[in-house]
Amino acid sequence: MKDFQNIVLKTQDLFIGYTSKKKENVIAGPINIVLEKGQLIGLVGTNGIGKSTLLRTLTSVQKALKGEIFINSKALVTYNPSDLAKQLSLVLTEPVASKNLSVFELVALGRQPYTNWIGNLSKEDIDITNNALQQTNIEALKSKKCFELSDGQLQKVMIARALAQETDLIILDEPTSHLDMYHKAYILKLLQKLAKETGKTILFSSHEIDLAIQLCDAMIVMTKDDVISGQPCDLIANDTFNQLFPNDLIEFDKNTGSFKVRK
Amino acid sequence: MKLDLIGFKNQLGLVCMENKYTYPFLILAVLLILFFFVNISLGSVSIPTKEIFKSLVGNIDNESWQYIIHNYRLPKAFTAILVGSGLGISGLLMQTLFRNPLAGPFVLGISSGASLGVALVILGSGFFGGIFASFLISKWSVIIAASLGSFLVLLAVMIVSSRVRDTMALLIIGLMFGSITSAAVSVLSYFSSAEQLQQYIFWGFGSLGNLSWQELLILLIIYLIGILMAMVSIKALNTLLLGENYAKSLGINLKKSRFIIIIATSLLAGTITAFAGPIAFIGLAIPHMTRQLFHTSNHKILLPAVFLFGAIVMLICDSIAQFPTSDYTLPINAITSLVGAPVVIWLLVNKRKMLF
Repeated sequence: MKDFQNIVLKTQDLFIGYTSKKKENVIAGPINIVLEKGQLIGLVGTNGIGKSTLLRTLTSVQKALKGEIFINSKALVTYNPSDLAKQLSLVLTEPVASKNLSVFELVALGRQPYTNWIGNLSKEDIDITNNALQQTNIEALKSKKCFELSDGQLQKVMIARALAQETDLIILDEPTSHLDMYHKAYILKLLQKLAKETGKTILFSSHEIDLAIQLCDAMIVMTKDDVISGQPCDLIANDTFNQLFPNDLIEFDKNTGSFKVRK
Repeated sequence: MKLDLIGFKNQLGLVCMENKYTYPFLILAVLLILFFFVNISLGSVSIPTKEIFKSLVGNIDNESWQYIIHNYRLPKAFTAILVGSGLGISGLLMQTLFRNPLAGPFVLGISSGASLGVALVILGSGFFGGIFASFLISKWSVIIAASLGSFLVLLAVMIVSSRVRDTMALLIIGLMFGSITSAAVSVLSYFSSAEQLQQYIFWGFGSLGNLSWQELLILLIIYLIGILMAMVSIKALNTLLLGENYAKSLGINLKKSRFIIIIATSLLAGTITAFAGPIAFIGLAIPHMTRQLFHTSNHKILLPAVFLFGAIVMLICDSIAQFPTSDYTLPINAITSLVGAPVVIWLLVNKRKMLF
């Protein structure tokens, strides 16, 4: 039994999927995962396996078919939206609707759950916002407008916004898509640093399996039959990554920890 | 006193630290007062400026001048302020709610509903005939018909849209209802007399000058309720700038906020249309012009800025409509379109994109 205090998110026999016209369409389950404080966790799996559905279920965007999700040992369904906003922050794949916001304004929006009815920023809110800008190395961009930023910069801004929300858990949906190799590594490295320094639990989905193996404390691997979680080295030892994809084209090389094309 | 001012500034909480918005606000406020006086000093009867100021503080000897200023020009100027700011703010609400720079106060079918109501009263009065017909064409019946029409169309849009979750679908449904009502108006026009048609078209020109103090008071009360609801929504509006899913993740009750924003818009745009007719382009152009002026999308700044700017532009448009002391007053709807449409084109060509 792991230390109860350290568990930020836990699922119990969770089944995810969609209900359409009385028919339940189970995508994955049963899922039993435990996310601990200060961990960086990567969620990997092939396209359409249900990564997004799992993240949507964990973030209360859609309902679980069966089973329970606990955040800080309280059931997810019992949170009201404003309380949940203080436990869980998101970085989504969808672009920000308004590009006319300045970086500071956007990051400061992360303080919304704590501000008064009109959204006034207190001295503390401004300090926390500045701190988030500092932690993500984007202080220089502070007064730039979002339409002036590159994709990599924008992703850092969104991470800063999630930090400013001061939640125990940050969930990111494919934070590295659209980015070049350097920025993919940069963003994941940044997430690793943030998890260590701030003690937050950071869960992200990604297709960058090589990078995730190198940087994550734990990984959740979604395959057709099962959802497996564990430390990257254990997962390699158990040959879990070879179950990820159909093995006619690529195979996982245990020695290098990366995928190779079959010759 | 000085301490109080600082406290007040903190209360306003102008996001970007320095009070960089103080000057634009001061300038706009001064311009508003200036154009208010310009507006009331212009009209088909020329009255010396000195006499106008005198009449504002007390009575002047020339009774007909006094009457013109008190019962015609002043209510008209106040109407212009309410119409310009109200339509501007409802346009701002719609652009943010739909995250679409081309949305305006009438996207939900509010003006087409009002048109249908008025068309039914004016064009349909022939079917009833007699004394009943003359009652139908009275001013109040037009106002009530316009309110009812916009309310019913809005209700229909809301009922249909409760079946769809997507906000964009709501936009399209609003537009479709607009098409249906304008088709109904066409059918009604086909069976109407030339006289009735003319009356209907005159309503469509829009008019700021028809309101008595009593009517102005009713407009003001509903306007204030709408503004209050918009103010309550400031926080939700700012999170909606990120997108609906982000807004939800920040603890915003999306369903409730969307409802309040829609009701605020329909109260503002619906009542204004009922009293002053459908007035084009103000709701679309004012929020964009204000964003260019203030370089922000923060609704805490934009809401008061749009209020001031919308009121100023409407006062200017109304002044142009009766310029220069001619006997004719041009239709206000034509002026707002002549001013508004080029501005939108200029924004697109010059700034390449219409950000919101």
